Amino acid sequence: MRSVDRTGAAVSVSPAREVWRESLGVAIATSAYGISFGALAVASGLDVWQTCVLSLLMFTGGSQFAFIGVLGAGGIAALPSAIASAVLLGVRNIAYGMRMSPIIGEGFWRRAGAAQITIDESTAVAISQPAPSLSRLGFWITGLGVFVGWNLTTLAGALLGDVLGDPRSWGLDAAAAAAFLALLWPRLKQRQAIVVGVAAAVVAAALTPVLMPGLPVLVAAVVAIVVGWFNWLGRNDIAPADEVLSCDALSDRRETK
Amino acid sequence: MRCVERPERDEVSVWSAVLLAACICAALKAFGYLIPSRLLEAERPARISDLLTVALLAALVAVQSLGAGQAILVDARVPAVLVAAGLLWMRQSFLVVVVAAAAVAAVLRLVGWAV
Repeated sequence: MRSVDRTGAAVSVSPAREVWRESLGVAIATSAYGISFGALAVASGLDVWQTCVLSLLMFTGGSQFAFIGVLGAGGIAALPSAIASAVLLGVRNIAYGMRMSPIIGEGFWRRAGAAQITIDESTAVAISQPAPSLSRLGFWITGLGVFVGWNLTTLAGALLGDVLGDPRSWGLDAAAAAAFLALLWPRLKQRQAIVVGVAAAVVAAALTPVLMPGLPVLVAAVVAIVVGWFNWLGRNDIAPADEVLSCDALSDRRETK
Repeated sequence: MRCVERPERDEVSVWSAVLLAACICAALKAFGYLIPSRLLEAERPARISDLLTVALLAALVAVQSLGAGQAILVDARVPAVLVAAGLLWMRQSFLVVVVAAAAVAAVLRLVGWAV
């Protein structure tokens, strides 16, 4: 994947400079949609401070969107489901941490800092590099770049959302749905993932009239556990996370160039 | 008295939920650095973790496009999400997709073609 994309540039530019360029490109593209998170978070009922704390402390886009999505749909009563949805979506970061751990090296503070900026984008840029030193460079620049950018745009979006008024008249409810779809899209490469996605969507919609807001999403997650446990419709050779990640990051990169 | 108290208590629960969810998510990231990386080779946890992400996001798409509290409501969000899907198909960026979906829903409501 990477060699196809980079052969042209790699000849003339030094590898480290190329990594800088890729990382900053991904950081800028990712940070831009912090605006939509900030505005949607305020529309869902959080205040500006709570919105900023989510971006600073939680700092993992999917979980942040899930938290405000469930809160917006169900209000205070749905808070436990909002927490559970955010946490379950954050589970994939364990895998990213395990992947990055040997590359990052030793030292408590270095590892603690690296852990906080371990997200889809920083891991994707890191694992698409040809050498460990370039992986490290890509990881730190992308992670720190997104961290700074995402928090600034979150604040901007939250302040903007505060003055917008009725979120529905601006289509912000539709924007939230589209945001989840955009986060989901690059993960729908394999048949197993597509089937799980469709089944989970059907389960969640079907249970909406029956269960408290927030719970249908959690019940739908059981689909993933069952299908994943028995590996129904799965391929025998798996290369899941890396493949999805590198495709995702590469498409981001192409857009920003 | 209760009317004055309640918003305050709600505010506390929202803050607690924000902090709790954020701390657990941060701890999950740190946890990845603490466990031996050879566990990564285990197929089943890796597969479940991937599919879990897919299932949750897909369920959130469904609920966010169709849910209205405990009811299913087909409104301006549905055409907006279809436009978003078309743009994703055409490999448009996250921001373009989200802004376009908001614009479609806002315009449909403005001209009164959808609620």
